[in-house]
Amino acid sequence: MTLVERLRPTTPVLRVAALVGAAAVWFAAYELNRPLWDAVVFDLAGQDPESRLGSGIHFFLYDTVKIVLLLAGIIFVVTVLRSFMSVERTRALLGGRREGVGNVLAAALGVITPFCSCSAVPAFIGFLATGVPVGVTMSFLVASPLINEVAIALLLGLFGVGPTLLYVGAGLVIAIVSGLVLGRIRAERWIEPFVFETRLGGQLIDSTVRLTWDQRIQMGVEEVGTILRRIWPYLLVGIGLGAVIHGWAPEDFFATYAGPGNPAGVLVAVLIGVPLYSNAAGVLPLVEALHDKGLPMGTLLAFMMAVVALSLPEIILLRRVLRPPLIAAFVGVVALGIIAVGYLFNLVLG
Amino acid sequence: MIIKVLGPGCANCVNLERVTREALEQLGVEATVEKVTDFPTIVGYGVMSTPGLVVDEQLVLSGRVPTAAHVREILEPLVR
Repeated sequence: MTLVERLRPTTPVLRVAALVGAAAVWFAAYELNRPLWDAVVFDLAGQDPESRLGSGIHFFLYDTVKIVLLLAGIIFVVTVLRSFMSVERTRALLGGRREGVGNVLAAALGVITPFCSCSAVPAFIGFLATGVPVGVTMSFLVASPLINEVAIALLLGLFGVGPTLLYVGAGLVIAIVSGLVLGRIRAERWIEPFVFETRLGGQLIDSTVRLTWDQRIQMGVEEVGTILRRIWPYLLVGIGLGAVIHGWAPEDFFATYAGPGNPAGVLVAVLIGVPLYSNAAGVLPLVEALHDKGLPMGTLLAFMMAVVALSLPEIILLRRVLRPPLIAAFVGVVALGIIAVGYLFNLVLG
Repeated sequence: MIIKVLGPGCANCVNLERVTREALEQLGVEATVEKVTDFPTIVGYGVMSTPGLVVDEQLVLSGRVPTAAHVREILEPLVR
């Protein structure tokens, strides 16, 4: 029996009490985080807040706790909410939609549908087999990794509501436009023929119906554990690099090479970000440190999007159903979209 | 009894196979557990989100990794 099963509350009142209790502990820990590390690093260990070592260590400890708390809270809430959606329901909603409306809907559903990139191929075949247009399917496949809950959690915590909304809005626009473009180039000729011969057989099982609240809450707790176990190495490397930049990088080093004055900044950020395989948890601590060093938000958002939206493992998986020209078009269109968004943000915000 | 675990081989599929074997052991049932990694076959069972669990050619679960207890609940009526 797992810890969760043993602790599972047995009545609705106990369940609500447990949730409220957990939320109270979470807020207390979040509020105490800064005073705690101020006291430990600066008072107890006697480090100078102005020194490189002192501010670097403080940044690392404070950020690690803050990010883990943010991730745990937001992944839990998102997983419980998403337990009401499923790929099967999304497919049913998209069936019979025309391009245009379909692309908008597919991008929005890509954000709220629980989806693991390891399901990209079966979902792709399943969508096409039931008559969802290629471009609409692509909007879904772009939006799903591009706008992810880990990035939303961290942006919200580190930069506030404004940049988070910009990120979600920009991600939706990129997914919609990419799908519209890929729907226009007669992409069917670059899809492996077996896709069109496959019939979606059997009866579809919707995994989300008849779940109890206890099960949904348990799924949320388990998902927090699963994601944290998977991303902690990325997180520590990201925060470590962030701490080094925070403490040691000269104030104007990055601003000179990738700051608002350099017109190629966004382009370079995206070109570095596409092959880089990490996730939002590893990238955002870095983004935070670089932002403190004067890099513009558009460049940084473009960098983060390039890292999370296009990953080599997913491209290798998609190669099973897409021929190289379509893979190239897919990567190219999404990368161009991210570059355009980066420049637009720098223009608007700068 | 033939049980098939559907999925391209990601962490979820490995976990599903593990809890399925646990559930079988708890029930004391002998069964063949096979892995299906071939995409057309996976979709042929009606699965769009992996992992999926098929018992004697019947899809019983897809889209998430359940607990061993849940798999036991699913398998119990099927073995008797």
